Amino acid sequence: MFGSIDPTFLIASLMVAAVPIMLAAIGELVVEKAGVLNLGVEGMMIIGAVVGFVTAVQTGSPTLGFLGGALGGACLSLMFAALTQVLLANQVATGLALTLFGLGLSSLIGQSYVGVRPPLMGDVPFGPLADLPWVGRILFQHDPLVYVSIGVVALVWAVLKYSRAGLILRAVGESHDAAHALGYKVRRIRVLAILFGGAMAGMGGAYLSLVRVPQWVDGITAGAGWIALAIVVFASWKPWRVLMGAYLFGGITVLQLNLQAAGSRIPVEYLSMSPYVITILVLVIMSSGRGRAALNAPAALGQNFHASR
Amino acid sequence: MLRRTLLATAALGLGLAFGGAAMAQDKTKACWVYVGPIGDLGWSYQHHQGLLAVQVAYGDKVETAYQENVPEGADAERVLTQMALSGCDIIFTTSFGYMDATNAVAAKFPNVKFEHATGFKREHPNVSTYNARFYEGRAVMGTIAGRMTKSNKIGYIGSFPIPEVIQGINSSYIHAKKVNPDVTMSVVWAYTWFDPAKEADAAKALIEQGVDVILAHTDSTAPLAEAAKTPGVIGFGQASDMLDYAPSPRVSSIVDNWAPYYVKQVGAVLDGTWAQTDTWAGIGDGEVQIGAITEAVPAEVKAEAEALAAKIASGEYHPFTGPLNKQDGSVWLADGVVANDGELAGLNFYVEGITGDIPK
Repeated sequence: MFGSIDPTFLIASLMVAAVPIMLAAIGELVVEKAGVLNLGVEGMMIIGAVVGFVTAVQTGSPTLGFLGGALGGACLSLMFAALTQVLLANQVATGLALTLFGLGLSSLIGQSYVGVRPPLMGDVPFGPLADLPWVGRILFQHDPLVYVSIGVVALVWAVLKYSRAGLILRAVGESHDAAHALGYKVRRIRVLAILFGGAMAGMGGAYLSLVRVPQWVDGITAGAGWIALAIVVFASWKPWRVLMGAYLFGGITVLQLNLQAAGSRIPVEYLSMSPYVITILVLVIMSSGRGRAALNAPAALGQNFHASR
Repeated sequence: MLRRTLLATAALGLGLAFGGAAMAQDKTKACWVYVGPIGDLGWSYQHHQGLLAVQVAYGDKVETAYQENVPEGADAERVLTQMALSGCDIIFTTSFGYMDATNAVAAKFPNVKFEHATGFKREHPNVSTYNARFYEGRAVMGTIAGRMTKSNKIGYIGSFPIPEVIQGINSSYIHAKKVNPDVTMSVVWAYTWFDPAKEADAAKALIEQGVDVILAHTDSTAPLAEAAKTPGVIGFGQASDMLDYAPSPRVSSIVDNWAPYYVKQVGAVLDGTWAQTDTWAGIGDGEVQIGAITEAVPAEVKAEAEALAAKIASGEYHPFTGPLNKQDGSVWLADGVVANDGELAGLNFYVEGITGDIPK
């Protein structure tokens, strides 16, 4: 029924497919942990994709391209930060506007870069490790960003769980009034979290335009930002679950194409909708029974803060 | 007749003075709707080249307008209505999915001419359809694919299960099989015309299955970019020449050359002779062109492919000539019988030897 799919190839390619959504999702997780709901992930990703692409083409270095992408995403998120943290605009509306703005702006910036081929990023040289049977193909034949993305997830987990900074960030997200009363700079902490989220989304976008596709075309993210947002909820704001969610989602996308290529007998329609069906199922299972608390959402999520209150 | 001759002269770019004489009249406005961005360097890009050719051919007499990235569905109807209201005299809708929207809007604007690419519905006298015989190009690509594959596995990235795509799959397979009896074909349906990330993933999935020749029926260059990552994998330019990826992985291409048709139809609007038509032109008419076959292909294979293209162009050979069986083994075309256009326009089955089902 499953034809002849080589699991090593499948796992290796799902790891690659998951990188953009994983980076964007882990960034958004930090933002939401600080109590800010930024729905502009899609916009920040695509700005990262185009700025990263332009930087890589101009400098000839993919590494600089990724840094450029992160910077581009962070710049756009700074706009969100100014509107929601300083001017106290509604976060949902501002986030949606950010996505629309990002899509348009990226198209403008990218106009003269359509059809250009970017410098390619090689795999990390692991030497003999890469030739190990099975494990070598899965773990040691990837580009650096695959490892960076996993590293970022580990870092976010460690910081949130074990460090004082993580504790403060979570306090701000759970009750900004209490955190303010303890003397923490709620606004500054949130702006920094938003910048981090923007940078990660931008880097995820740059991965699309520099490694995965690799070229610039309008609308290259094709909804990846929205999937990243879903993954954060799906992961109930826990870093390692973000990794799981991203692999699950990336995995199903890759698997359905592989099943087709391998000549599976399952109708294409079921395969195409499977990622979405599974997301809905998991969300239903997770939120059933124990209510919202079980979802583990930060208590102050989406609420604006002003010190005068 | 004289007017026609003059227009033809104008088409050659010598008609500037003639264009000046017509300045006093209202300009004729020709409009295009694209399913992807012009920057896809494939399907929509090629239609836009046609728009530019019209502009060059008629200069000041014609005003052109276009809209990119128009989704197939309710949005298309809105865009078409907007265009008709803004004074377009002729509107080209360049994707299969605009079929119903085109006919619906055409009913409301009987004075505006509509031209729908790759469709078959002409419900109103102001709707024409036009298409290119891509399957003729696919026959040539299939021949090269059959000769070039080392793993005997070729892959086809399908967009939507519509007759045009199924013609392409069948034609590629028949001609690959003809030169290489061991060949098998895997089809992946992407369910999109333009989504570079998904097209790249589909190509990757095929390559991981051991496919070393990839044919794509989607609009971007992403499958070629993916093929370029694996040495030994080749592909073809689709819709546009995609020379950026030559000499390998892009070893040849099917180029859609819409310019002559657009120049002719806009000319017909200009001189008032436009009438409903159903055009289906192929290699022989120059609407389907075979892009240069690169040095990555051995000389004898190149010669064989070019000979096939020449035979198709002259009408000596039809890519769907019997004996051909349907996938279930029943007879489709008896020995020497050629498929007729009506049959091809509604083609909804694989030929014998292709595995898998066409999604319904």
